[in-house]
Amino acid sequence: VAVNHCLLMQFMLLFSRQGKLRLQKWYVPLSDKERKKISRDLVQTILARKPKMCSFLEWRDLKIVYKRYASLYFCCAVEDQDNELITLEIIHRYVELLDKYFGSVCELDIIFNFEKAYFILDEFLLGGEAQETSKKNVLKAIEQADLLQENIIELHTDRGGCTMAK
Amino acid sequence: MPAVSKGDGMRGLAVFISDIRNCKSKEAEIKRINKELANIRSKFKGDKALDGYSKKKYVCKLLFIFLLGHDIDFGHMEAVNLLSSNKYTEKQIGYLFISVLVNSNSDLIRLINNAIKNDLNSRNPTFMNLALHCIANVGSREMAEAFASEIPRILVAGDTMDSVKQSAALCLLRLNRTSPDLVPMGEWTARVVHLLNDQHLGVVTAATSLITTLAQKSPDDFKTSISLAVARLSRIVTSACIDLQDYTYYFVAAPWLSVKLLRLLQCYPPPEDAALRSRLTECLETILNKAQEPPKSKKVQHSNAKNAVLFEAISLIIHHDSEPTLLVRACNQLGQFLQHRETNLRYLALESMCTLASSEFSHEAVKTHIETVINALKTERDVSVRQRAVDLLYAMCDRSNAKQIVAEMLSYLETADYSIREEIVLKVAILAEKYAVDYTWYVDTILNLIRIAGDYVSEEVWYRVIQIVINRDDVQGYAAKTVFEALHAPACHENLVKVGGYILGEFGNLIAGDSRSSPLVQFNLLHSKFHLCSVPTRALLLSAYIKFINLFPEVKATIQDVLRSDSQLRNADVELQQRAVEYLRLSCIASTDILATVLEEMPPFPERESSILAKLKKKKGPGNLPDIDDSRRNVNGNTEHHEPTETTNKSPPSLMADLLPTNRPRPASSSPIMLSAGTMGSSHPFTDLLNLNSPPAAAPSLLVDVFSDLSAPASVEVSEDNFSRFVCKNNGVLYENQLLQIGLKSEYRQNLGRMYVFYGNKTSTQFLSFSSSVTNGDALKGQLIVHAKSVDPVIDGGAQVQQILNMECVSDFTDAPVLNIQFRYGGALQNIAVKLPVMLNKFFQPTEMTSQDFFQRWKQLGAPQQEVQKIFKSQHPMDTDVTKAKILGFGVALLDGVDPNPANFVGAGVIHTKDTQVGCLLRLEPNTQAEMYRLTLRTSRDSVSQRLCDLLSEQF
Repeated sequence: VAVNHCLLMQFMLLFSRQGKLRLQKWYVPLSDKERKKISRDLVQTILARKPKMCSFLEWRDLKIVYKRYASLYFCCAVEDQDNELITLEIIHRYVELLDKYFGSVCELDIIFNFEKAYFILDEFLLGGEAQETSKKNVLKAIEQADLLQENIIELHTDRGGCTMAK
Repeated sequence: MPAVSKGDGMRGLAVFISDIRNCKSKEAEIKRINKELANIRSKFKGDKALDGYSKKKYVCKLLFIFLLGHDIDFGHMEAVNLLSSNKYTEKQIGYLFISVLVNSNSDLIRLINNAIKNDLNSRNPTFMNLALHCIANVGSREMAEAFASEIPRILVAGDTMDSVKQSAALCLLRLNRTSPDLVPMGEWTARVVHLLNDQHLGVVTAATSLITTLAQKSPDDFKTSISLAVARLSRIVTSACIDLQDYTYYFVAAPWLSVKLLRLLQCYPPPEDAALRSRLTECLETILNKAQEPPKSKKVQHSNAKNAVLFEAISLIIHHDSEPTLLVRACNQLGQFLQHRETNLRYLALESMCTLASSEFSHEAVKTHIETVINALKTERDVSVRQRAVDLLYAMCDRSNAKQIVAEMLSYLETADYSIREEIVLKVAILAEKYAVDYTWYVDTILNLIRIAGDYVSEEVWYRVIQIVINRDDVQGYAAKTVFEALHAPACHENLVKVGGYILGEFGNLIAGDSRSSPLVQFNLLHSKFHLCSVPTRALLLSAYIKFINLFPEVKATIQDVLRSDSQLRNADVELQQRAVEYLRLSCIASTDILATVLEEMPPFPERESSILAKLKKKKGPGNLPDIDDSRRNVNGNTEHHEPTETTNKSPPSLMADLLPTNRPRPASSSPIMLSAGTMGSSHPFTDLLNLNSPPAAAPSLLVDVFSDLSAPASVEVSEDNFSRFVCKNNGVLYENQLLQIGLKSEYRQNLGRMYVFYGNKTSTQFLSFSSSVTNGDALKGQLIVHAKSVDPVIDGGAQVQQILNMECVSDFTDAPVLNIQFRYGGALQNIAVKLPVMLNKFFQPTEMTSQDFFQRWKQLGAPQQEVQKIFKSQHPMDTDVTKAKILGFGVALLDGVDPNPANFVGAGVIHTKDTQVGCLLRLEPNTQAEMYRLTLRTSRDSVSQRLCDLLSEQF
């Protein structure tokens, strides 16, 4: 029996308790229509589950690993034979990265700075696989980018850039 | 708005997001978005060149709007412009937009690839990373073509920064996944393997993922990775947790890397080298030992990370399946988890134990946990966990515990979630059959299944019980008695009526001696259910009745009366009517001898794999199911044909085949049916109540020929119901009946066309000997060439296959080709012919022209034979937008402002054929008051004008 040993994450979704999608990252090619359908179905499925239930569920031919942090659900779809626990910790590490970057992150940070949430995710996971699991290294990369950005902002102060955190 | 905003803070964007959040209704939100879109569009179109910052801000707004779920159809060009900005932040937003909104527009792809190429060559690591992230995110074939050979070079170059190496490794992994043929293997592969030795653990982590995918593609090229992976793993598991600094996660050393290394090792068998092998065993033992140590932290992250590594190690142990001590230790460890207070761990333990149960070394150890698992089935509050418990019980079942497990599953079925009932039914049916020592238990179990969960008992399950009863004469009397009693229940399930009808029809005589189940009582009991049943069940009951006439001459008159009644002889359903007519006739004219021959008891079924097992495997997918087919599977009476090892070895590839309805020739003793079918001219083998035995096309049996001749009329009527619906569109459902659905997708370019035809099997049974071809009528030959690619001869139940038709238009044509489909369903040959919607207008290319040009040409085409005009009544409401869409769908360009009357529609296009091109002008004048249209077509060729006018005038 040919077993696939290289298992990639299929997609990651962040959504609120009200079912609003806050971030979506797709690691497999799907049409816009399919993506919308998957998100809709999955959000409904997960919101219907009670707290304390298992963090894993079989969904279509995928395995869903999810966890709720405050008002946000983080949800990853992996292949059936993939390692559920390590995926759960992928989610946690991503939350830690957001938290460290924004300083006790909340849903609003992700709404207003969605592009940052994507950048941080790209530094951490690429093509559905962990690229850099060291928190320090990921944050270093993002901070370097921010330094480059701050140079730019000087030029645009007249446009009223928001206050900087640092 | 949050008080703190990081990064460059685009104020306009934040304001816009706030506005959207403040919208009270969906309508308000859409209104706000449309306003913003109009604003951005005008900025992009405006004369003033936008600075980079504004461009970035607007692109970012578009992205936000898209992520809210709205369509975005502009701004791609501006995003691409941002890619070549030398400001990091602008470039970054440009790349993000491209990654999220990939557009297959080829011009843009070229521009994007150019920008990526520049960044890859920039030697600026942040820019290189952005470019690599974009390739990995988009991962399209075009990108693979452009970069698949470039990235390995970056990956192994000595001077590449670590972070770039990490991105390059995963980027290559993604490209290898989407376009493996484009990723070249070469001298770089050896150097990639050596990345496992890299100082930087981040590089090792990314490289391990890449090597695992590549090792699957060509294992031999990456064999050297085994020893490196073992060495690396060994260093990690023996390290003190502070050694790895930031790669230690909640006191667990490099959990992600460990999991990946363990997964890489699962691409290979256990190492042959003894030293290496023992080093790996040590690692695995260390991981198992750590599970017993007290936790270093109370945080769930600590135990999750530790157990993630443990479960992956157990997967490797199971994969190797060679070290009994490790297997048993793994099993004991999982046994502890079965009672853990964390639901997640209980779930995973149940799941993992399932695979352990199939190993001969650990099967017995798994069995010791049966009580815990049964308890989980009863007490777990989460259905996904209970599902795992069912799977594990199924996997650990053998002869010693089958009765207990089946009983537990049956009692669970009474309250089980609807979502998993069908699967439990299949599992119970398989276990009951496989481990039946005494077939009365088997019959009881299946009848219980029908009683408890009749709706979830699929055809395969009740077909199978009948096969088994027919093949085992020691259980026939018991089965007859049991179904007879079960049929007395006030509300018995229709599936029970089916089983009851079949079994009493065959073996009712075995219990007829008892006055409580005399022939008349049996008949009345069955017939009392008749009117509550669906057509197929009634058909089956009618066959049971004719069998009764043979078994019990004393009820012949009663049954003939029933058959003779108007509700049978004049039944609206053709099948029922035919059966009633034929059976009545048969019972009147045939002598007792002939009756006895025709209606003889069914001969034993040939040995075959349980179709239920096939169904379950299909449901779960191969590889997911512990393999339980062994010699005990066989339940047929004739043990001399018993070839267990041969069947198990040969069967796996064909497991999907549903062996029940067809597939094997009947034993020779089926001759009586042949006779009857021949003499009666019936299209169904009525002595075989279920058509269980219809042989496959390949078997040169007279029986088949008789049937197929009868069921395949010489000329099949060509369906053209949906033909005209495809005049103005290219995709949709062309044909549909109870068995089959045919869908189309087509594309045309100049005089060439390609059509994708999708055949969907709507039933749960396979279509066999499926074939489909395209024929052109005499007139059409030479005008249109259609080349049909071959199509898979088997379509599984519920599955869909695709056929590609390539077409070339040689000259203008009027007729349409016909698609002929033939297949075998449940033994009967099906013939379908459908007119293929390939029309002349499909080979249109739209032509834009000015008003002046149009009228000039219109005048040139003024000869009487060049113009065709039709005045007709409208069939549909006269809606301007719909009309426009139809004209565009017809293939011509819609010319605005040409006709002085704005209510009229004017179009132009060129028909491309191989021989020539025919320019075409059309004008449609609606008269809304009279609900009439006037359509005028002018082309240089009269046949073209006529055909196009005919086609288009049908559409309004």
